[in-house]
Amino acid sequence: MAKPVEQLESVVIRFAGDSGDGMQLTGGRFTSETALSGNDLATFPDFPAEIRAPAGSLPGVSGFQLHFADHDILTPGDRPDVLVAMNPAALKANLRDLPKGGTIIVDTDAFNDRNLKKAGYDASPLEDGTLGDYQVHAVPLTSMTVGALKEVEGVTAREAERAKNMFALGLMSWLYGRPVESTLDFLRAKFAKRPELVEANVKAFNTGYHFGETSEAFAVQYEVKPAKLPPGLYRQITGNTALSYGLIAAARLSRLPLFLGAYPITPASSILEELAKHKAFGVRTFQAEDEIAAAGAALGASFGGALGVTTSAGPGVVLKSETVGLAVTLELPLVIVDVQRAGPSTGMPTKPEQGDLLMVLFGRNSESPVPVIAPSTPGDCFYAAIEAARVAIRYRTPVYLLSDAYLANGAEPWRIPDVSSLEPIHAGFAEADGDAPFLPYKRDPETLARPWAIPGTPRLEHRIGGLEKANETGNVSYDPDNHDLMTQLRAQKVAGIEVPPVEVDHQEGADVLVLSWGGTYGPVHAGVRRIRAGGRAVAHAHLRWLNPFPSNLGDLLHSYERVLVPEMNLGQLLQLIRARYLVDAVGYNRVTGKPFKASEIEAAVEALL
Amino acid sequence: MSELKLTAKDFKSDQEVRWCPGCGDYAILAALQSFMPELGVPKEKIVFVSGIGCAARFPYYMQTYGMHSIHGRAPAIATGLAVTRRDLSVWVVSGDGDALSIGGNHLIHALRRNVNIKILLFNNRIYGLTKGQYSPTSDQGKVTGSTPLGSVDYPFNPLSVALGAGATFVARALDVDRPGLTDVLRRTAAHRGAAFVEIFQNCNIYNDGEFDYIREDKDARTYLEHGKPFGETGIVHDETDLATAFALSQVTWEKDGAIPLGVFRDVQRDSYDELVQAQLDNAAGAADLQALVGSGDTWSIA
Repeated sequence: MAKPVEQLESVVIRFAGDSGDGMQLTGGRFTSETALSGNDLATFPDFPAEIRAPAGSLPGVSGFQLHFADHDILTPGDRPDVLVAMNPAALKANLRDLPKGGTIIVDTDAFNDRNLKKAGYDASPLEDGTLGDYQVHAVPLTSMTVGALKEVEGVTAREAERAKNMFALGLMSWLYGRPVESTLDFLRAKFAKRPELVEANVKAFNTGYHFGETSEAFAVQYEVKPAKLPPGLYRQITGNTALSYGLIAAARLSRLPLFLGAYPITPASSILEELAKHKAFGVRTFQAEDEIAAAGAALGASFGGALGVTTSAGPGVVLKSETVGLAVTLELPLVIVDVQRAGPSTGMPTKPEQGDLLMVLFGRNSESPVPVIAPSTPGDCFYAAIEAARVAIRYRTPVYLLSDAYLANGAEPWRIPDVSSLEPIHAGFAEADGDAPFLPYKRDPETLARPWAIPGTPRLEHRIGGLEKANETGNVSYDPDNHDLMTQLRAQKVAGIEVPPVEVDHQEGADVLVLSWGGTYGPVHAGVRRIRAGGRAVAHAHLRWLNPFPSNLGDLLHSYERVLVPEMNLGQLLQLIRARYLVDAVGYNRVTGKPFKASEIEAAVEALL
Repeated sequence: MSELKLTAKDFKSDQEVRWCPGCGDYAILAALQSFMPELGVPKEKIVFVSGIGCAARFPYYMQTYGMHSIHGRAPAIATGLAVTRRDLSVWVVSGDGDALSIGGNHLIHALRRNVNIKILLFNNRIYGLTKGQYSPTSDQGKVTGSTPLGSVDYPFNPLSVALGAGATFVARALDVDRPGLTDVLRRTAAHRGAAFVEIFQNCNIYNDGEFDYIREDKDARTYLEHGKPFGETGIVHDETDLATAFALSQVTWEKDGAIPLGVFRDVQRDSYDELVQAQLDNAAGAADLQALVGSGDTWSIA
């Protein structure tokens, strides 16, 4: 008999287990099933930098949070409604985030003395009343999985045990009525070379699914209806995938070959790996000997007429700054992607932060202006990458694309763009003008960009370099007035870059403006919605271009009585707008290595109302 | 297509050469400008990339494309250029500090990958542009501004480094030895892949006389010949044998009374750009951007 179905508007689930338990895979598959259900969704994979921290330990806990709903949502959710904990450490590390009354699903087989001790439990929380305020489903996941796979030939005991994540996924898929076919297809493809593992994992998944259906432990099944999103064809996408596609699109739009120079670094490596797949698009990926060479090779490729790109995270970007400075003075296109992560030095490699804004703006010797754009959502990474390339090419300048670990790994439904609607980018290489002498630093009067004369072009042979150049001729110059002029011209060129005006989401009666930038768009806007849902008025503006600022920003800031700038740093944009516009803005600043919660933004706005 | 008729003059830029009078760089520049027409490559297809140092000013004086970049990074920059522009003849001009100190990492990796670039290392065994500090090729005990009691560093042997890094072409020449240098340049240009040439170059200001034993005495210049023994060493030269090349790279004037000039190693191996291009050419699948952005599981919302 089918169980009763209860309707929910939204659910937040967190899968948590050992780094080796396959929680990222499980979460990713559940996300795919959920996307195919037509829900809006947002994800937050939260994992340690250690690949396999000691099994069962607190530092080894890997989590994947997914928020899905029948309406449009902006964040992976402040707190989970449901926690799937594969061992005591996963329970302990995540319990404090679960509100009272929340649902917990645990693998009882993992709650043995050894694991309890590793997690720091004196007694089993399943038995000592610790979980009294929660709805606990204690399921012997491992033993049921192993039992179900007993008859599958060719599968080791260890492999059978490892399939327990598929049992959990099957159970959750039943509980929320997810379509399962895509996961079964996925397993068939993933283990295509070992049919016995296909059989084992499919069987584990189905056993979990049927367990939900038949076990008395689960009285109801839940349903979350599809969300009403703008019509179109959708897929789910992470920020790093979107960013990679955006770079390929920019190369196509500009008819330039794409060259990526990169050195592996968390959380940027997946851009290198994604682009390395697309050789059919003529993409050349160069895994360099170091961050410096990665940037240098990209600049060399740009000199030759390619779209040169280098990707990294903060600790790698610092090493590239010398090359970025050279690109500033050579005035060649270059896109530098900084997927920001938490902390100075190595910090917390897998955790997001917005601490690199001032570095990318000012972290070079002398006056070396560089445009900066920051995407606002995972899907926006696609468009931001195209815009970064467009500005780099049009203005012959390095451009920083400032993403972060939250955008990089987080997934959301993405309306697939019609690529024929994307505006072409005009590379406009220089050609010889009769016998007129070539002036490599004679600027376009409109953009102040200099000619991009690539090797191979007859009669435009010229030399460029890091030494100061004479205006127009580009010859080495130590002339004092010329240096002043060139410094001004470089600054004016970047200051004059055309960027779209910042849009404000105004509300009648609002005298507080929330100004956010980059990857915090989702949680900040979710916080703003909460204020509005409470009947209060607040305005929200979100910046994508950090250099130059949109020309209407100053007026906008001065049209509100109070301005709140929430940032995952200690107030970097805040400092810039206070200095630039003499506006008495205040900050909300937290650097926890986790994305903002809508509730904390709500509270910060509330304090100003 | 009409045959190219270029002369040394065509390769001289309009910039005044600003090395110290008497610098060995002048001789190298003149040799290169004279040799370039022989290449038969149009000027616009030639690029000189350099880092920082006296030698790094070289591109400014060549009427070709050129980039004077940052300290030590020329091989990295040239790699990006050479792999995206296989039609170009890309030359890197470097010095002992630039190539072996701050840029040591880029040098060995460009050689290891067999990037199709020609690296000319002007070795004067001193830092010239910063006014005379010891370099990674200076002799131990070298007294300089930064080593008033003498350097305690053991020096690099540039050729041994290059051979150890897997270079497919390794040679040595002398700044003022026009015929010998030109022969080496000819072989260098003909090599497809990474070519490494150490050019002994006299810094008459901070390290004058370093190579006088062969600069001043033409008869003391001894050249490697494939298949023939070198001097009194008993080593029969084989350009294809790594061990032989390494042994010859260790032959010194002080120890052996002769120093080999010419080509130490010349072997063919697929170059980096060829291997990268082959992967692009063989890539499966259509380059359909719309299909790419719409790949994976999709669903429609009406």
